[in-house]
Amino acid sequence: MRALYSLKAWELRELLRRREVSAVETLRSVLDRVEAVEKRVNSFITLTAEDARRAAEHADERLEKGETPLETAGLPMAVKDVLCTRGIRTTCGSRMLENFVPVYDATVVERLRRGGLTMVGKANMDEFAMGSSNENSFFGPTRNPWDLDRVPGGSSGGPAAAVAAGEAVWALGSDTGGSIRQPASLCGLVGLKPTYGLVSRYGLVAFASSLDQVGPITRDVRDCAGLLSLIAGYDPMDSTSLEVDVPDYQAALEGEISGLKVGVPHELMREGLTPGVEEAVRRSLRLFQELGAEVEEATLPHVDYALSAYYIIAPAEASSNLARYDGVRYGFRVEGAGDMMELYGATRAAGFGPEVKRRIMLGTYALSAGYYEAYYSQAQKIRTLILGDFNSAFEKFDVLVSPTSPTPAFKLGEKVEDPLAMYMSDVCTIPVNLAGIPAISIPCGLDGGLPVGLQIMGRVLDEPTLLRVARVMEEALGFDEQPDPDRGVES
Amino acid sequence: MSDYEAVIGLEIHAELKTDSKMFCSCDASFGGDPNTKTCPVCLGHPGVLPVLNRKAVELAMRLALALNCGISPHSIFHRKNYFYPDMPKNYQISQYDLPLGVGGYLDIEVEGEKVRVGITRAHLEEDTGKSIHISESGRIHGAVYSLEDFNRAGVPLLEIVTEPELRSPEQARVFVQELKSIMEHLEVSDCKMEEGSLRCDANVSLRPCGSEEMGVKAEVKNMNSFRALYRALDYEIRRQEELLESGGEVVQETRHWDADANVTTTLRTKEYAYDYRYFPEPDLVPLELDESFIENVSAGLFEMPADRRKRFCEEYGLPEHDAVLLTSSKAMGNFYDAAVGEGVDPKAVSNWMMGELSAFLNAHNIEIENVRITPVQLAMMIAMVEKGVISGKIAKTVFEEMLNTGDDPDVIVDRKGITQISDEDKLEEIIVEAVSENPNSIEDYRGGKKKALGFLVGQVMRKTKGRANPQLVNEMLRSYLEEQG
Amino acid sequence: MIGVEDVEYVAWLARLELSDEEKRMFTRQLGQVLEHAQKIKSLHTDEVEPTSHVVPMSNVMREDRTLPCISQEEALSNASWREKGYFRVPRIL
Ligand SMILES: [Mg+2]
Ligand SMILES: [Zn+2]
Repeated sequence: MRALYSLKAWELRELLRRREVSAVETLRSVLDRVEAVEKRVNSFITLTAEDARRAAEHADERLEKGETPLETAGLPMAVKDVLCTRGIRTTCGSRMLENFVPVYDATVVERLRRGGLTMVGKANMDEFAMGSSNENSFFGPTRNPWDLDRVPGGSSGGPAAAVAAGEAVWALGSDTGGSIRQPASLCGLVGLKPTYGLVSRYGLVAFASSLDQVGPITRDVRDCAGLLSLIAGYDPMDSTSLEVDVPDYQAALEGEISGLKVGVPHELMREGLTPGVEEAVRRSLRLFQELGAEVEEATLPHVDYALSAYYIIAPAEASSNLARYDGVRYGFRVEGAGDMMELYGATRAAGFGPEVKRRIMLGTYALSAGYYEAYYSQAQKIRTLILGDFNSAFEKFDVLVSPTSPTPAFKLGEKVEDPLAMYMSDVCTIPVNLAGIPAISIPCGLDGGLPVGLQIMGRVLDEPTLLRVARVMEEALGFDEQPDPDRGVES
Repeated sequence: MSDYEAVIGLEIHAELKTDSKMFCSCDASFGGDPNTKTCPVCLGHPGVLPVLNRKAVELAMRLALALNCGISPHSIFHRKNYFYPDMPKNYQISQYDLPLGVGGYLDIEVEGEKVRVGITRAHLEEDTGKSIHISESGRIHGAVYSLEDFNRAGVPLLEIVTEPELRSPEQARVFVQELKSIMEHLEVSDCKMEEGSLRCDANVSLRPCGSEEMGVKAEVKNMNSFRALYRALDYEIRRQEELLESGGEVVQETRHWDADANVTTTLRTKEYAYDYRYFPEPDLVPLELDESFIENVSAGLFEMPADRRKRFCEEYGLPEHDAVLLTSSKAMGNFYDAAVGEGVDPKAVSNWMMGELSAFLNAHNIEIENVRITPVQLAMMIAMVEKGVISGKIAKTVFEEMLNTGDDPDVIVDRKGITQISDEDKLEEIIVEAVSENPNSIEDYRGGKKKALGFLVGQVMRKTKGRANPQLVNEMLRSYLEEQG
Repeated sequence: MIGVEDVEYVAWLARLELSDEEKRMFTRQLGQVLEHAQKIKSLHTDEVEPTSHVVPMSNVMREDRTLPCISQEEALSNASWREKGYFRVPRIL
């Protein structure tokens, strides 16, 4: 039998229910794995083994009483360090919050606790979720378990690497421009960015408020559906939270896709794709057809403007969201500042890393007197146009597909010097956040031994269709690769 | 007579009368130990989100309607970005190009002249925390360091901006006075200037009389009483006048009213012009305030000060002057209505309230809310005078006692045994006594010296320590003296 | 298209102290990104409404009810500089 740490959450839950393994055993397997690989992978910023152990023991007590285990009890999870956890430091990968201990739980964390959350630790990430490689973490880069010389993607690189390396069986990430889907893609995992407003943002440290969403990073689509049903749903603490009934995502997994109308936006299949990625995606399209789906070229005419619009809107919102880090109420503060001006300037200069500063500068500039109309307002209008593109596409198609990332995992340091090149790696995922629609990334093959992700985009709140299509494709693709021991974490 | 005309616009911030804060469920009441009325939301902790308080919106609309503003069918919140230690998020959630209320007006009357003051806008925003400056002066200038208390952070504020249509400190004072009274009557705000729940800033500029274009304006802050408002504006106008007359120039700046020194001083000149980087608050959704919503906040449910004034004149036949004073605050008007409701003479109530009562309030400078006497008690006392149980003179003593003890007038009268003597037999004795002690006064009276009567009345009053019923004593003495003849 | 003085002004607005090295770097890099962003200006959007909320909603409000606040100790627990129940800050002006 495969090591417990390498199983899917739903498989483990079965074993727990049948009392074939205990939660404590399961956790030990995962913690041993952490022991073995964490030094090289660096998936976590803070380990919470003690909390996890307590949760696991509690889960076993329930099992012994013959009660059915809570949904997440005894199923070791990694939680991106962007989600506030009461009494457990929450750093956002930043020196600014190195010692920040929240006095409250994010709504999603609270919901998971009710479900018996067994949290291994707070996972590594690009500082304030700004990045696509996890190289922007104050706590050091996370490495891709598939090849330690390569990045796991970002900004949820820690959660993805943890699940891929067996340091957790599933994880919670956040996605503002691709931060769940791209790392999932680069680490051979399933990642879902839900419809904007489906999952509460309360307690998710804000990067770009109008784009941020929390979502699952898992080993298969079933776990993805399972975790989504635990975190989705209306939250009165979040004014942008949608007051809708949460469908049964598990049930949605059943069914076929014959007759499904699949659109392939040609704008997302163009330059920048490596041959390997293109080949893997084309193969997936052939599979769609074999399964009875109708595959046709689609168009999103304004999507070429998405990247530019995103790199105005996101930094603008970020420049305001990050203004609160001033060393007064919490967080890093320089010593001996003579006046407020100095305290602000020096604290923020020393507390933020280069990418965060870059985006604060960019966003502040875009909002500053005389530029608002030309940049921010114009970007919001382009957002309207992109929304329109998707709406008309979805009149014709049930889902749209594209690569998740134009390339597989790239080498550490490869793009650090060139922000624009780095930004390009989100070219396929960004339009989805601008439109607020849901999208899922599933592994669809390898390119030079590195995983490639297929992105499936759906209508607003049509996660059920996304999950069904993803599950059917997952089965058909039969991707069951694990990180290669010789190049991966065992080396 | 100066050759310059003052142009004054006001920016008034009023804390709305809600139980909880604007975007979180913290207690919004004034005071308390520092940082005991906060939560992650109003402390601006990472990850928190605002959720709008419905009551705040309703109160804001109620006032906007009362100020004849149009209610925007679509209004949104913006972020106003600037760094200041009393701002937890270093941005303020406010309204910008789509405020709740626009284009209203308020009519005031100053020295018999009616003035219509335009209301540019009325919008919602959140209050900041409070800074305490540690230095000898307690002023921000020369402070060694400051302390921040966020109890007030996030309390809902209504900002009212007037057109620059006020022309004198007196007009400004009356405008704010009237606005305060309206807000009290609509139960929108407590308007306690001393507690900072009503704050007022002014833009002041001068221009040659007859000229149409605006001069350079200075913004005056920290005027936290009506007196301060008047004197600060008066000072600022004279300051600018002297500057201009001596060929100088007014600089655009923010000036701070120093109530002790009676001057305005430069608070800060802008190294860079303000650049607030307003943009729509992505954490809040738009307000679409339709008719139905406007219905149930309509100000019509409340009596406005002007209407009350009218009613006092017509219903109770009060002179304008009385009505104005009795409606200067809602509590005053309520007290009056309650007392008159007891069925005593309205003018008598007015006289007592504008006389003894007001004097007492000023002397101890307290609000009528905190006075010990109740409207019913005042009415009781007036009734006793009407029934002749006590004389008007005694009443003053009784009233003072009531103000100090809060006891009912009859209790006081009994305790002091100071009911009026109208018992004729008893008075008879005293009169005989008085006359016999002053035989020559009888001569004088007979000799036609009518004032001898007055002298004897005085004697009787002295013997009764003023408790004798004067009219009765008068009549009895006259007839007694006649009989003697 | 963007000079060092722009960078200095923006850095002041954002309360970021920058080294000369950083100023040079950001002048170059912001230039690149904004260069790339120029294309959005070219798009004709006069009759397009800006979108700030992808899923249209309105009038989300809570009732005016108070809930217990956190304690003073909790409020100050993450502050590195406090005094008598207050957050302490250096000279403001
Ligand atoms: Mg204001
Ligand atoms: Zn609060």
